[in-house]
Amino acid sequence: MKSELTAPIGEISQIKGKCISLIGDDIDTDRIIPARFLKCVTFDALGNSVFEDDRKTLNGKHPFDSEVNKGASILIVNSNFGCGSSREHAPQALMRWGIKAIIGESFAEIFYSNCIAIGIPCFTLPKESIKDIQKYNDNENFFLEIDLKNCCAKSKDLNFNLEIRESSRKMFLSGEWDATSTLLKNETLIENKFNELPYLKFNSHLL
Amino acid sequence: MSQNTLFDKIWDLHKVSSLPGGSDQIFIGLHLIHEVTSPQAFGALKDKSLKVKFPNRTVATVDHIVPTDNQSRPFKDNLAEQMIDTLERNCIEHKIRFFNIGSGNQGIVHVVAPELGLTQPGMTIACGDSHTSTHGAFGSIAFGIGTSQVRDVLASQTIAMNKLKVRQIWCENNLSNGVYAKDLVLHIINRLGVKAGVGFAYEFAGPAISALSMEERMTICNMSIEGGARCGYVNPDEKTFEYIKEKLCAPQNKNWEKAIKWWRSLKSNENSIYDDVITLDASKVEPTVTWGITPSQSVGINQEIPLLEDLHPNDQFIAEEAYEYMGFKPGQSIKDTPIDVCFIGSCTNGRISDLRVAAEVLKNNKVSINVKAFVVPGSEKVAKEAKKEGLDKIFIDAGFQWREPGCSMCLAMNSDKLIGNQISASSSNRNFKGRQGSPSGRTLLMSPAMVATAAINGKVSDVREFINK
Repeated sequence: MKSELTAPIGEISQIKGKCISLIGDDIDTDRIIPARFLKCVTFDALGNSVFEDDRKTLNGKHPFDSEVNKGASILIVNSNFGCGSSREHAPQALMRWGIKAIIGESFAEIFYSNCIAIGIPCFTLPKESIKDIQKYNDNENFFLEIDLKNCCAKSKDLNFNLEIRESSRKMFLSGEWDATSTLLKNETLIENKFNELPYLKFNSHLL
Repeated sequence: MSQNTLFDKIWDLHKVSSLPGGSDQIFIGLHLIHEVTSPQAFGALKDKSLKVKFPNRTVATVDHIVPTDNQSRPFKDNLAEQMIDTLERNCIEHKIRFFNIGSGNQGIVHVVAPELGLTQPGMTIACGDSHTSTHGAFGSIAFGIGTSQVRDVLASQTIAMNKLKVRQIWCENNLSNGVYAKDLVLHIINRLGVKAGVGFAYEFAGPAISALSMEERMTICNMSIEGGARCGYVNPDEKTFEYIKEKLCAPQNKNWEKAIKWWRSLKSNENSIYDDVITLDASKVEPTVTWGITPSQSVGINQEIPLLEDLHPNDQFIAEEAYEYMGFKPGQSIKDTPIDVCFIGSCTNGRISDLRVAAEVLKNNKVSINVKAFVVPGSEKVAKEAKKEGLDKIFIDAGFQWREPGCSMCLAMNSDKLIGNQISASSSNRNFKGRQGSPSGRTLLMSPAMVATAAINGKVSDVREFINK
């Protein structure tokens, strides 16, 4: 089934939505999307399979199955979220389930850059603030309004200062977060680099 | 901020431009692709009407989805067939060299590129696979990327990336007998944790690293990512050059002279500045086995699974999850844990030297009747060399199944999977929940020699008791 939810386009300065809390450290990309779902040549159908094995194990009690989290778009996680495999299928599956932004204690490197590349801003908050949100979110719907310009988030009665890598923040605000066109603007510089790298000269048999 | 390290030098050499917000545009010297993370990237190129900019700087092979029992085409698994077919078409359309099954050069991408001499010092290397850090063993800067970045490399041969900090991991003294590179890297990850490497490149150095063979260095760099570091490397030396010499794609004749001259100039300066330095004593490392669900949850073979209160508060949450998932009790000994499946292979430990070490243990021994054991050579070249040396026969005589090359049960995208809550002794790199194909399957990571020992005894055992007999 093709999901309606695809990557956003252009400037991202504000994200409003309901939060969904997922508790646990070191949640790896194999858990976000088990390897058997990587047998595909498009990302379109991944949304339904997000956290498939964890959800089956919890038999309907996983946050991604809970009725109250329906329509949530801001994922709240703990530390080292997205560690392990470089599979972009992981953020693609989250996005196709409906996630538009992630707030966590910390993120794994490749997962972070994959999220940025497809338009999912990842913000960090101290452990205690994450706990506060997760506690709150346990009992009821928790809505957040994220302001990327001022790097903050507010709910009905809580305010947070979010952190995000400055390069990512600028890209989202300028709307130039689709890297390919930005990179290709420097075509002459790329060709100069190709011509000056020492090893491409002595590997000329491969060119 | 680091200065004059090999990482700084290679980064500066490949920097094309500074991008807004502080990231850099970096030229990628060698791009490796495979069937799992490339189809959507080619799809995106098509959507944007873009071409592959430097098709000669991308090389393809097929590894993740290939069956290891019957590789005749079409594959029995339709989805797997569709993926290899898509890669074949994309490589033809974009004129990309493809080392397909039967070419003699197919295999796990991180085994194949070094054995072809494609991986060389001083390069930047990217691939849509987190274990790309393997290639850092040659003094290159190599890292995994996602599919959007695969698209960027295909379209521009560059990516946007924030420069990493550099942590030197200095390993004093030498590994003792029966202790291998795998034990050392598991030990390092245990000491630093799975997220200490986020934002860092790891430089592995010191007498213990210099003493390692190139294949052992690959094992170390391969698992950098399990410590959170996207990139790990070793300064190149004469062993590095010797390994590359006369490989299929290595520079030849006059070009070889030029290459080696440049390579010899490539290393971190004596007075380099690092963002962090860690020192450890390699002689104290024991054969190491993971007991949990992250690669940092490991113990020496004679140690017990740690008690909750002995762990750092930050590690307690995941430890509780691990005790429960693994069905192990805190304080329990890891030694003598019964094993159901033994797997030797993967980009971490599926090379010829790994097979030799395991075969040495297995010679004149039999796999326990309760164990299913199989060995998956890392590449067609590894398989060919192993057969030449008669290693296949040693494995088969011992009761191992001898399979065709691929990633196999490291991530279980083919039919090689654990069943139910089976426990595997595995020479691979990840013990995540469900990693080896069963949502309740359990993985104990260890060296190939330790996997072979576990296969014979049917339980986790100390390889030193075998080889010192």
